[in-house]
Amino acid sequence: MKALVAVKRVVDYNVKVRAKTDGTDVDLNNVKMAINPFCEIAVEEAVRLKEAGTVAEIVAVSVGESSCQEQIRTALALGADRGIHVEVEGRPEPLSIAKLLKAVIAQESPDLVILGKQSIDGDNNQTGQMLGALTGMGQGTFASEIKVTDGAVEVVREVDGGLQTVSISLPAIVTTDLRLNEPRYASLPNIMKAKKKPLETLTPEQLSVSVQPHVTQIGVSPPPERAAGIKVENVSQLVDKLKNEAKVI
Amino acid sequence: MKTLVIAEHDNTTLKVATLNAVAAATAIGGDIDILVAGAQCGPAAEAAAKVPGVAKVICADHAVYEHQLAENIGLLVAEVGADYDNVLAASTANGKNFMPRVAALLDVAQISDILSVESADTFKRPIYAGNVIATVQSSDPKKVITVRTTAFDAAPAEGGSATIEACTAVHDAGVSKFLREEVAKSDRPELTSASVIISGGRGMQNGDNFSLLEGIADKLNAAIGASRAAVDAGFVPNDYQVGQTGKIVAPDLYVAVGISGAIQHLAGMKDSKVIVAINKDEDAPIFQVADYGLVADLFEALPELEAAL
Repeated sequence: MKALVAVKRVVDYNVKVRAKTDGTDVDLNNVKMAINPFCEIAVEEAVRLKEAGTVAEIVAVSVGESSCQEQIRTALALGADRGIHVEVEGRPEPLSIAKLLKAVIAQESPDLVILGKQSIDGDNNQTGQMLGALTGMGQGTFASEIKVTDGAVEVVREVDGGLQTVSISLPAIVTTDLRLNEPRYASLPNIMKAKKKPLETLTPEQLSVSVQPHVTQIGVSPPPERAAGIKVENVSQLVDKLKNEAKVI
Repeated sequence: MKTLVIAEHDNTTLKVATLNAVAAATAIGGDIDILVAGAQCGPAAEAAAKVPGVAKVICADHAVYEHQLAENIGLLVAEVGADYDNVLAASTANGKNFMPRVAALLDVAQISDILSVESADTFKRPIYAGNVIATVQSSDPKKVITVRTTAFDAAPAEGGSATIEACTAVHDAGVSKFLREEVAKSDRPELTSASVIISGGRGMQNGDNFSLLEGIADKLNAAIGASRAAVDAGFVPNDYQVGQTGKIVAPDLYVAVGISGAIQHLAGMKDSKVIVAINKDEDAPIFQVADYGLVADLFEALPELEAAL
């Protein structure tokens, strides 16, 4: 069976992103970019399924500017077989990305589509679910464990207060949560080999999808600062403050 | 203007998250209806009818909605929501699961996790794990919105008397099945709804030492959380994790013990009303957000604290 994995280029998770002082946008000058951590988990899961003999081919797809080919190469170095880059300028919204991925799915007919549950830039947590609705596929979101069975995938999902297990008919969509696996590091030989793996570039026109913005970012601001607190001397002073000043216990 | 709020419930009771979403709907203005979709969910619909300011409760009571499968609920909400200007749900695991399907079916964007309503089409929401707050304006004729529950004080639960209308639409996408659920069994409150949380970090040194937090948690009726460092080190399971990639919490009191205060942790708890930090490193960044900081060895401070409560 074939697995399709979506990957996104985002600011590296170690970078503390700040709003520009003029409040127009975030300051992304010279920051380190990387594959979205949840997408990396998605790639790893597909590679593990391939190593287990469940998946025969892994296709890594990214929607974005030409620079995102770097993240497709990362996915190829981690074990994906070939890449598809859908070239879109600017920052496409989740609905547009879902429409583009739907068109790629129509060409590729994967059995399993694995995506990160959210990207750590926009924090939208939408693309996988939207793709599910557009394709009519079922979804196992926030997956912490998946098991492919006959014609279906069993997904253990992280829900508020516990775990829920659902069975989704194939073809299915899975979005990854942190507990699903711990991604490997790409080895140098695999990074070299990845450079020779096929990478196809498509445009929204070729996929007959029009990319339209629905939301405008008017401005950005830093979150409200907390007022500086005080240091207490000892536990009894702490308890006293919590009881009599903050009145929370 | 008409807004539809999708209820968060367990078929018998209405979850507080619904009231947070109603508060956001009230901030938008206009008429508010609530959709309760479930199985044998009459009691939850009756509770929803008591929420003041709600005009009508629509109750879709059918086995296909029992486990809130996103494929079925998404189809239902897209059908019922077609008559509304806004569709809102709390940004819970459940809301996050089905709402983007609704937005896609209605061919509109979803505005995730709103923190405030600036006007009928403009909202604030966190991006980059809350390090930046974006103001966004929707140009869609219909808005599909999820609400960060900690950003809106819950609307009152009692005092209203909305009519309850049955919805007979049955949507079974037929592509997903509920198999089972393991709800973490604990006498303690859930992390996301607890009014007091005590969390341990790498400074706890090992999982056994988390028992030092338990006595205090018992006395404060607190939930126990952890930083990602503590989870990654294997001290506690992942569902303890508070932070950017874990649970976002905003209790009345948050006690951070042996937690340095990495960005990803702060993103998950800095909206707490009162923050206490106990750490032996006086330069730890957690002290920059703490209302009360105690520079001390946690292995001495915790037993003392338990005794003092």
